[in-house]
Amino acid sequence: MPFVIALVVLVVASVLFHFLSPWYLTPLASNWSAIDLTLDITFWVTGFVFVAVNLFMAYSIYKFRYAKDRRSDYEPENKKLEWWLTGITSIGVAAMLAPGLFVWAEFVNVPEDAHEVEVVGQQWHWSFRFPGEDMKFGAVESRYVNDDNPFGMELDDPNGQDDVLVFSPTVHLPIGKPVKTLLRSKDTLHDFAVAQFRVKMDMVPGLVTYLWFTPTKIGDFEILCEELCGIGHHTMRGKVVIDEQEDFDAWLELQPTYAQVLAKPRGDAIAGAGQYGLCASCHGAAGEGNALLNSPKLAGQGAWYLRRQIEYFKNGARGAHADDLYGRQMAPMAGTLFDEAAVENVIAYILTFPDLPSAKTVVGDIDKGRSIYNTCGACHGVLGEGIAALNAPRQAGMSDWYLVTQLKNFREGVRGAHDDDKYGMQMAMMAATLQTNERINNVVAYINTLPGKPERVARSAPLNLPSSLNSPVTIASLEN
Amino acid sequence: MTEAAHDATDFAPPAEIPEMELYHAKTWVGKYVWSQDAKVIAIQYSLTAIAIGLVALGLSVIMRLQLGFPHTFEFIDPSNYLQFVTMHGMIMVIYLLTALFLGGFGNYLIPLMVGARDMVFPYLNMISYWVYLFAVLLLVASFFVPGGASGAGWTLYPPQSISPGTPGIDGGIILMLVSLIFFIIGFTMGGLNYVVTVLQARTRGMSLMRLPLTVWGIFMATILALLAFPALFVSCIMMLLDKTVATSFFMPAIVSLGEQTSYDGGSPVLFQHLFWFFGHPEVYIVALPAFGIVSDLLSTHARKAIFGYRMMVWAIVAIGALSFVVWAHHMYVSGMNPYFGFFFATTTLIIAVPTAIKVYNWVLTLWKGNIRLNVPMLFAIGFIFTFVNGGLTGLFLGNVTIDLPLSDTYFVVAHFHMVMAVSPILVVFGAIYHWYPKITGRMLDDTLGKIHFWITFIGTYSIYYPMHYLGFEGIPRRYFAYGDTDFMSASAQDLNAAITIAALIVAFAQIFFLYNMAVSWFKGREAGDNPWEATTLEWQTSTTPPTHGNFGKELPVVYRWAYDYGVPGAELDYIPQNVAPADLEKPKPGEGLEPKG
Repeated sequence: MPFVIALVVLVVASVLFHFLSPWYLTPLASNWSAIDLTLDITFWVTGFVFVAVNLFMAYSIYKFRYAKDRRSDYEPENKKLEWWLTGITSIGVAAMLAPGLFVWAEFVNVPEDAHEVEVVGQQWHWSFRFPGEDMKFGAVESRYVNDDNPFGMELDDPNGQDDVLVFSPTVHLPIGKPVKTLLRSKDTLHDFAVAQFRVKMDMVPGLVTYLWFTPTKIGDFEILCEELCGIGHHTMRGKVVIDEQEDFDAWLELQPTYAQVLAKPRGDAIAGAGQYGLCASCHGAAGEGNALLNSPKLAGQGAWYLRRQIEYFKNGARGAHADDLYGRQMAPMAGTLFDEAAVENVIAYILTFPDLPSAKTVVGDIDKGRSIYNTCGACHGVLGEGIAALNAPRQAGMSDWYLVTQLKNFREGVRGAHDDDKYGMQMAMMAATLQTNERINNVVAYINTLPGKPERVARSAPLNLPSSLNSPVTIASLEN
Repeated sequence: MTEAAHDATDFAPPAEIPEMELYHAKTWVGKYVWSQDAKVIAIQYSLTAIAIGLVALGLSVIMRLQLGFPHTFEFIDPSNYLQFVTMHGMIMVIYLLTALFLGGFGNYLIPLMVGARDMVFPYLNMISYWVYLFAVLLLVASFFVPGGASGAGWTLYPPQSISPGTPGIDGGIILMLVSLIFFIIGFTMGGLNYVVTVLQARTRGMSLMRLPLTVWGIFMATILALLAFPALFVSCIMMLLDKTVATSFFMPAIVSLGEQTSYDGGSPVLFQHLFWFFGHPEVYIVALPAFGIVSDLLSTHARKAIFGYRMMVWAIVAIGALSFVVWAHHMYVSGMNPYFGFFFATTTLIIAVPTAIKVYNWVLTLWKGNIRLNVPMLFAIGFIFTFVNGGLTGLFLGNVTIDLPLSDTYFVVAHFHMVMAVSPILVVFGAIYHWYPKITGRMLDDTLGKIHFWITFIGTYSIYYPMHYLGFEGIPRRYFAYGDTDFMSASAQDLNAAITIAALIVAFAQIFFLYNMAVSWFKGREAGDNPWEATTLEWQTSTTPPTHGNFGKELPVVYRWAYDYGVPGAELDYIPQNVAPADLEKPKPGEGLEPKG
């Protein structure tokens, strides 16, 4: 008897849970209401079977419970009943399958008027490419990919010159227009998934896969990677912003074309020297840093990282949080670098500084730190050298006290919480594993033992793309 | 025609082949270590599988701790989390369930149930176990090599399983692949044995359509495994080559962590096809033995003939055959040609029909039965409940369209755990409570068994049923932590914490089972030869536990099918398979098959 009651209670509880659950499909933000409908049909059919079979079973157990003086009925077969059940089941299955196949046909066939955007996945970042005015994507190849050419663009392809490159993990799309996303991966499997759009598809290196949808709601929607891609998988986030057409056009206008990227002027270190004057008062004349003034060492840090942080300080993605005292000091200073040229110049100047190791001030358990760094090394390099391709700055030989401050900031949401700082958000998710200050000290103490080395340059730089073309100052050009 | 299966008047044919001659070991080591007795090998398989399964259970507890209470436990970090995920899945699916159902139950039950003295190749059978043990040890060793075990997920998808950014890409993945290769070698030795034994060593009168469904399930599963494992075998070898000598079977040109690699031209999707060509039949390699066993438990404890025996057999065969043409439903969003979706969604939903028939027939077996709620029966009915649930959610994922939002979310995790973890493991427990008396000669403790059942049944259901709803919300699987994902409701974390607590309770409740198994071995109530009053041959042995050779001097002769429960006019409510029609007036239940001469 208790068993019968338990079964009935479980059935009732399951049904109630379904109707009362606060956890269910996210509000739909695309044209794919047909997917939700197919799911609903399946729910009703399977829900009915679930309730019917289990209640029948519970009733049988109750009704035919053991009695010493009774015999079970001897009926090994009942052909008629069996065929009936088979028939009804087949109808139920067909009722679920048919709408599913119709909707799948819709999904497979992309509308002719869909515009295209390429989504590029890599460990553990997103970037995007639009075909530009000619509506044609330029050719790309894996072997052309390097730090200066993260998209692997073929230099001479005329179709590629007007391609719009979006280097950040945030992409905008216009509302109401069907869009076909061409999905490409540089390294491992990834999966482009936005819960509110319902559709998702794996990204496979060596293939271009696709999906399509029509956005129907203005707003921000988080992109998740949903195919295991390594240690940083859970931090591989991006954002789709659905705009009105004019807002989208305005945003797209701000993104550089490939030709513009190639044509960017180099920074001028001599001009930068003047602009660095202000910086020098805190960061030191040779960018060596000054712990007393809470100013980290700059010499030896990657140009791409300096550039991004200056941008963040300028646009408020960093240094705006109430608890980020020193960041808030930096923000107005960054504001004095009026334009892109000023930023590039000052970076060019910083890159001329000698890279002298900074003083080691943090004390911690190196062995414990080593096991923690196991995870960090996946992005920042096993030598702490930083890997530009992964947007992970150099740590070894930099100001160790600053690493401690920043790790705490990341952990406590002081840094990396701003919506436009997706890379910082990644670090914040990782810093969450440093629960105690002791653990932070341990890992930084271990980082202090790392040799570091100049940032890696792609082993086989493509022959047809001079590495100096893309960014004004690169490590490669510095080494020359 | 209809009567053929359970016709008791069918005369048993005369013996055609001489009885097999067994080598009887003289020493303790020969009897219990390098044993060639299928029953001892079965116990060796089972204990090894359970031991490594407990390791995997421990890993799942660690994973749940992180998911329920993120960042509370310092020893869990993103890389070892993925290693736990990977090893948990691989161990549970292959090293526990496959080994336990086929190596464990297969070895113990096939010879006894078909009326054979032993497997037909006892020596090969022995080697099979030791190769399996070696494979297990290799797998365990991968925890201890530099870099640790592989963290690529149990599916081992390249490129990430062998490229930087994933834990365990050195020794870990190599040991994993080599271990799988050895597992498959060991399994093939055992598997050929099971198939040949069922086909060639059945006793007189044991026609295929008189076989207990347990044997049908294990037999069909073994055939599936013999056909499916080679796909995994070649994938392992090709991936090993990709890893060790930089071939490019599965590796296209990639830029790994910012560095160009020498790989070019391989296909990651090819690996997925090979993997799932193995992986989907693997689901049924686990499920079919469970189907078979549960049929026998239900029939025995409901005291009623299994309903629709022939339909059940054909359903097993149909499911087995269909399971080879559905594999790509694991790959709807893998980037394979999307037109495949039409074909594989159709085949996948077709497989629901024979599966549903099995469920109906189980439930109809209870109808008008005389149900004894013994502990094995509790587990069997618990299985039906969880299997119905898990089977139905398969209709969501199998329907290609609905897979789009649900693929790679917790819905998938909940579905396959319900259908492939909870359901088979309930059968495993039911089967152990059912056959333990035959294996040891002693009964397991009833009260402990009931406590174990209730906590496991209610507990696992409350772990996995709500988990589906996390998947509806779009929460992805294989995530170390969620941070503040925009669309996730704040309460999702509370649900995760609740699930973790349920998981901890279930995990610790297994102590009741282990304690029961250990103590009852020595102190359990004496079981007698046939405590459940069952019809099948293993309960008709002359000694319990059966000695080497199983059946005393003479093999039993089979006169009827395995499900003569509640036969009208019979004195008792069951008639063992070896009772001749002429002896019906004076059946000798419990007395067993004494040598008649």
